[in-house]
Amino acid sequence: MTTSSIDVGQVRTRPQVKNSKPLWRRIVKHAVLILGAVLMIYPLLWMFGSSFKPESQILGTANPFPGKGANLKGYISGWSALGFPFWRYFLNSFVICVLCIVGNLLSCSLAAFAFARLEFRFKGKMFAIMMGTIILPFHVLVVPQFVLFRTMGMVDTILPLVVPKFLAVDAFFIFLMIQFMRNVPRELDEAAALDGCGPLGLYWRIMMPLCLPALATTAIFTFIFTYNDFFSQLLYLSDTSKFTVPLALRSFIDNTATSNYAGLLAMSTLALLPVIGFFLVFQKLLVEGIATTGIK
Amino acid sequence: MSSSLVRSAGEQVEVPTPGTADLARPPEGAAMNKKGKSGKAGYLFLTPWIIGCVCLTLGPIIASLYFSFTDYSLLASPHWVGLKNYSDMFHDKRYWASVIVTVKYVFIGVPIKLGIALLIAILLKDGMRHMSVYRAIYYVPSLLGGSVAIAILWRQIFGDPGIFQSFLALFGIESQGWLTSPATSLNTLIVLEAWQFGSPMLIFLAGLRQMPQDLYDSAAVDGAGPLRKFWNVTFPLLTPILFFNLVLQMIGSFQAFTPSFIISSGTGGPVDSTLFYTLYLYIQGFGNLQMGYASAMAWVLLVVVGAITGLLFFTAKYWVFYGDSR
Repeated sequence: MTTSSIDVGQVRTRPQVKNSKPLWRRIVKHAVLILGAVLMIYPLLWMFGSSFKPESQILGTANPFPGKGANLKGYISGWSALGFPFWRYFLNSFVICVLCIVGNLLSCSLAAFAFARLEFRFKGKMFAIMMGTIILPFHVLVVPQFVLFRTMGMVDTILPLVVPKFLAVDAFFIFLMIQFMRNVPRELDEAAALDGCGPLGLYWRIMMPLCLPALATTAIFTFIFTYNDFFSQLLYLSDTSKFTVPLALRSFIDNTATSNYAGLLAMSTLALLPVIGFFLVFQKLLVEGIATTGIK
Repeated sequence: MSSSLVRSAGEQVEVPTPGTADLARPPEGAAMNKKGKSGKAGYLFLTPWIIGCVCLTLGPIIASLYFSFTDYSLLASPHWVGLKNYSDMFHDKRYWASVIVTVKYVFIGVPIKLGIALLIAILLKDGMRHMSVYRAIYYVPSLLGGSVAIAILWRQIFGDPGIFQSFLALFGIESQGWLTSPATSLNTLIVLEAWQFGSPMLIFLAGLRQMPQDLYDSAAVDGAGPLRKFWNVTFPLLTPILFFNLVLQMIGSFQAFTPSFIISSGTGGPVDSTLFYTLYLYIQGFGNLQMGYASAMAWVLLVVVGAITGLLFFTAKYWVFYGDSR
């Protein structure tokens, strides 16, 4: 952003160049930040604490700390409260996530490479369509996609959740990778071409290794989106043995919530851990990914 | 192409910021390709995307338009009914309830969310000790917020008996269940939306850290106070990012589904007060097997979201500041 000339208002002759801000303003600032942080984290803290509470101390108790009655009963009863032990639902979720990550990495990087480095007819138009699909509401596609997958006999399998990722439907990851590839120096392309490297070699040997940060960002966000996704899993998976974590939690509310709040909160806490873990490990990449593309 | 160094807590990271100018045109191909050598290679690389785009995006959009003019229950083949679904929608009270709920959710929730995001980004802008801790705490909810687990948590916070209720009781305020009363249930979902301000905050923060310091220095020399500096320097420079956040968040919250579904147990209640547009579409399409009706709803959503996005882009030239380029 080059902005050298901007009207900063009427000139007044009252020089007031001070670098350090007054103490009271710093205090107010930190007070607001700390209060805000407490408010933000409180619900999570409450859920975590309450998952260790005895049943009678959960509902309507604002204190997040479990106190003396702390126990693991919620985790034990929640783990096996549904038809299958909870590891089954985690496994189902993770299998879908891994396949979606592989699909997105391959298909989106191929498309991004074509848009970033190759010339072909209708490129501009295709690029415009690709960018347009970023803002397309998913729900517009949902009925025909369901009909399509149903005629292909794929309903109640994980295929409708996974196959689209191998066909590069998540256009914002293509966009993310294009942005990244733009910064790779073109001299590398030319040097590789001189060495007899074709487009495929250029893609696989030069571009992919250099785009690792963008690929990692794509993988992490694909994991988080897929893991949190509820709508399409609700649509396509109906057999309880195929349930994912969100579907299991949903049937938990329907079946047992009135009697087993500790179990419900314990399993909900466990359900959040993979995303929080991913955040803690990949914090830097996530933060950059957001700043680059504005995805969730 | 705008990219500059962003400093955060000692680390230096190259962050290209999102800008609307970049989005309009594809990047240029390498010199070697301009000789027409690899025209075919382009299509080869794009094959998965082309298949996906035709079969899973463009095809479905057209199919959805066709279904919207039919009576289609999924079990029998669709038969043409003309504009009946659209006129049914117009007379469907539940449909209008879902429109009103969604419009309130988007047009109240998004400004609140962006307002908080901007405020916190400004507070975090100068950096400080424990900066990354603050950033993490403010950001994590936006990664978790759309999940079923958080929607379950929200049922406990605003339920009856709920935590918020007992918190208010500490101050002697009696309240009914915040989720069980139709007057307040949507507000709890707006709070949930606002709680996820972390990702627009990070985008604001990246923008704020690129502000050219010399402008602030000259503004200070000219005697501008902090408010004036914000309004005359920071805000104009920030409008492209505000615009970007606005478009993204609006489109995102038009499509919110999970909180409404989980918190109301799939009904949109009480008294349709949390009946999101997408939830009603789901109920009609996959609950009542009215695929034609659901498709008509989907197309109206597409047109409305498209129109609002178009309107935002149209008004952008009056309030979005693009520096020297315009």
